[in-house]
Amino acid sequence: METCTLVSMSILLGVLVRWGVSFNSYSGAGKPPMFGDYEAQRHWQEVTYNLPIQEWYFNTTDNDLNYWGLDYPPLTAFHSLLCAHVAKLINPEWVKLLGSRGYESPAHKLFMRATVLAADLLVYIPAVVLYCCYLTNGSTNKKVGTLLCILLYPGLILIDYGHFQYNGLSLGLTLWGVLGLGLGWDALGSLAFSLALNYKQMELYHALPFFCYLLGKCARQGLTGRGLFSLVKIAVTVLVTFALCWLPFLSDPEQALQVLRRIFPVARGLFEDKVANAWCSLNVLIKIRSILSSDSQFYLSFAVTLLAITPSSLKLLKTPTFWQFKLALVNSSLAFFLFSYQVHEKSILLAALMLPLLLKDGLLMPYAVTSLAFLVLSTHLLSALERCTEAQLRLEGYRRLAAWLPAWLFLSQFYSSLVLMVGLSVASVALPPPAGLPDLFPVLVSTFSFLHFLGTFIYFNIVQLSTPQGKQKTL
Amino acid sequence: MAAPVESSGWFPALAIAVSLLKCLFINAYHSTDFEVHRNWLAITHSLPISRWYYENTSEWTLDYPPLFAWFEYGLSQAAVHFDRGMLVVENLNYASPATILFQRLSVVFADLVFIYAVKECCTTVREEKAAKDLLRRPCFVLAVLLLWNFGLFIVDHIHFQYNGFLFGFLLLSVARHLQARHLEGALWFSIVLNLKHINLYVAPAYGIYLLRCFCFTQDNTDGSLRWRSFSPVRLVSLGAVVLSVTAASFGPFVAMGQLPQVLSRLFPFKRGLCHAYWAPNFWALYNVLDKALSMLGVRLGLLDVAGLPKASMTGGLVQEFQHAVLPSVSPPTALLCTLLAMLPALWCVWRRPCGGRGFLRCLVQCALASFMFSWHVHEKAAPASGEHRRDAGIFLMLATTGHYSLFPLLFTPAEFPIKVLLMLLFTIYSFSALRNLFSGEGSLLHPLEALYLLGLVAVEVLCEVVFPLSPWQQTLPFVPLLVTSVYCALGVSYSFVRLYVSLLTQEVTEKTKRL
Repeated sequence: METCTLVSMSILLGVLVRWGVSFNSYSGAGKPPMFGDYEAQRHWQEVTYNLPIQEWYFNTTDNDLNYWGLDYPPLTAFHSLLCAHVAKLINPEWVKLLGSRGYESPAHKLFMRATVLAADLLVYIPAVVLYCCYLTNGSTNKKVGTLLCILLYPGLILIDYGHFQYNGLSLGLTLWGVLGLGLGWDALGSLAFSLALNYKQMELYHALPFFCYLLGKCARQGLTGRGLFSLVKIAVTVLVTFALCWLPFLSDPEQALQVLRRIFPVARGLFEDKVANAWCSLNVLIKIRSILSSDSQFYLSFAVTLLAITPSSLKLLKTPTFWQFKLALVNSSLAFFLFSYQVHEKSILLAALMLPLLLKDGLLMPYAVTSLAFLVLSTHLLSALERCTEAQLRLEGYRRLAAWLPAWLFLSQFYSSLVLMVGLSVASVALPPPAGLPDLFPVLVSTFSFLHFLGTFIYFNIVQLSTPQGKQKTL
Repeated sequence: MAAPVESSGWFPALAIAVSLLKCLFINAYHSTDFEVHRNWLAITHSLPISRWYYENTSEWTLDYPPLFAWFEYGLSQAAVHFDRGMLVVENLNYASPATILFQRLSVVFADLVFIYAVKECCTTVREEKAAKDLLRRPCFVLAVLLLWNFGLFIVDHIHFQYNGFLFGFLLLSVARHLQARHLEGALWFSIVLNLKHINLYVAPAYGIYLLRCFCFTQDNTDGSLRWRSFSPVRLVSLGAVVLSVTAASFGPFVAMGQLPQVLSRLFPFKRGLCHAYWAPNFWALYNVLDKALSMLGVRLGLLDVAGLPKASMTGGLVQEFQHAVLPSVSPPTALLCTLLAMLPALWCVWRRPCGGRGFLRCLVQCALASFMFSWHVHEKAAPASGEHRRDAGIFLMLATTGHYSLFPLLFTPAEFPIKVLLMLLFTIYSFSALRNLFSGEGSLLHPLEALYLLGLVAVEVLCEVVFPLSPWQQTLPFVPLLVTSVYCALGVSYSFVRLYVSLLTQEVTEKTKRL
């Protein structure tokens, strides 16, 4: 079958599944007084539409920062403003200042879901398609298989179209950045990534690899000649992008500082809620939040994160190939997730293990459906991968770590993890937790996930650090 | 899709994937048919058998044959564990989340019959050369076209019905006949007849075919009938199968003397020629012609406006009424037209059965004929078959037009992307797959046919985007339905004629070959 037919069918299926998930509940549905992320996004539309820019990030009578105050960088605010203009055309009740708090209706839900779909269609999906078509190796069928797997990835669909967020936009922009770098258009790639950074500060997880890769690449080209020119071009692109995004806030330093304070809330403690990272899991054994002061917690996480990310970054600086860049992206984001400060479970967006969050939102059915479908699909489509040399690569990494353990142990580990995952999911839904441990299941799930992420982190670090110089591999 | 996939693993994967997709739409819009089935669950669970066909607290009275009532009774035993509230007859329009979950899941599970039937059909598909690429194998294409069928998806899993379940039995009986297991095929067909009596109209095809191929055991050397080879044993065994199923289904009601009541519920001839939304069949064209002629007549002064019947046919009321210019159509007339339309196909199968393929063609022809001419056809009756290799083009026309005609069923804005996406997905796949299967035999569609199909896009844009924003939305609200129905009726009628032409020319070439 021709590529364009297969690709168009994959896209249609991806959009269909997304829209199907959107029929279900969203975060905070029908739960006053605070509701959830859905209400937060609606509130930002209200704030950005009705108030002047100078008041968006400040606490005023019209803008109560305790009720879902803006805590994303300016591009999110501009996006909300755009959506608000459209909302005003359809129904002004949706963005009425102070009068639209907790507004819920089927029409409004349709509108909000449509905004997420629009963002995906314009940014994320084209990036994925281009990535799979041009930056992956293999036959047409394999490329389409990869495309389908990425498009049907449950985590992103459930968070964006279920819980309600706009991660497709920031991830899409980052992907455009990766595309740019992969195709050799460094300036455009930097532009895209800068936009991503200005949309969600969470993209800082990916910032270091971008930086190291570009710096390393320019250094390769010679820091006195062409390399310097490329470096300057990239730097100028990034600075101009940032300037344009922050323009309204640069007139007054207090404005810029307030925005920074909102997007980096250092006063909130090492973590909130149950999240699958190191600190939350450590907290099970040592009550770290009560032992250390707030400042010490911040410095500790900063130091450990830096430590975790250094090997990968240095390797990338030394050998700035695209494959190294991709590995570094994985390692960097994992390091930040595992060790940094104030991580939210949504930051992971990896395996579909945000179960407690989804249960709270009433999204059990879509979770089950999309995860099962993804499992079935990826086993079928990507089974071919297991037969080629990638498998050797995978096992090589583990072998170096623990050479005495037999290979079958690692292969069966996948299935046993799967069984445990299913078991935990079922238990979380079906069984009531014991009286003395009300948070048993969320803690179990997050600890279980943490161990997997830690394992993945270690594994990918080994892979990245052990890839011999000059070996070109694309996935 | 990648080369090393095991050859047997793809079918379960397809089936699981489509079942999971169906589960995603549990919370989508559902029509009054949802309440219909909830009501039947309540009736069969809470009331004694003697009351089933008399109960009319709700307007949605039991109008399917008794075997379906038994099916609903079986479902209601499981429903008890979800929400007892749905089983109370007085709880009209009861739709708690548990009820919705149960009913939707019941459709998904009932589809297992359909999935099994598709599997059986795939094994009977003849493959002349085993293609290496899975996507190009006829059985794969057939499986996708059936399992992921747009019509079944929209009607069963969103609008809400059990057509997949019913169609599964029909398909299974067809598969058995193709495998020459005729008694079993007759069993499945009797079951489906007793589940939904609308399948009566393909009964002639079954009857003639079984009589010809099963009861007469041998043919003469030139293929014509050998009258001497009639086997009474076979006829009796066939009859026994059919009668025993019917007895199991209707038995209790005959014993209670309720047969007339049951039949009156099953065949409600008080309803009008066309449903509120006109099925795209012959009568839609007939009605439009009548309307056009009457308007012309008034304009030319030949007819008196006062003498014309009220223009309520397009108003959406389901009643009997008269046509203005052309002769009015009554139920017996419609039945006669249907039988006449089926006759050539039946004659072909009698004269020259051509094995299972001939039977299949006849079946499709009869189904289509009854859709075209029957009394009070629901739009959902549009068949979605087409395993004919030479008629791929006709299949594309019929399937695309038929599927598009289902669009008005989902009129809510939230479901709009669903129907468009699914339609595109199915249409792109069917065109591409069939073109690959028959590559090298020229293009499947005549340019005019392609133009007609593209016109569907224009009709869709006009009806769902342009018209609602125009001033006529208030005064003539039925126009989009009318336009959709008539436009699709053209396509369906055209396919009907072409199928017949293909059937009869094949007959002629067979004859000349033997001469």
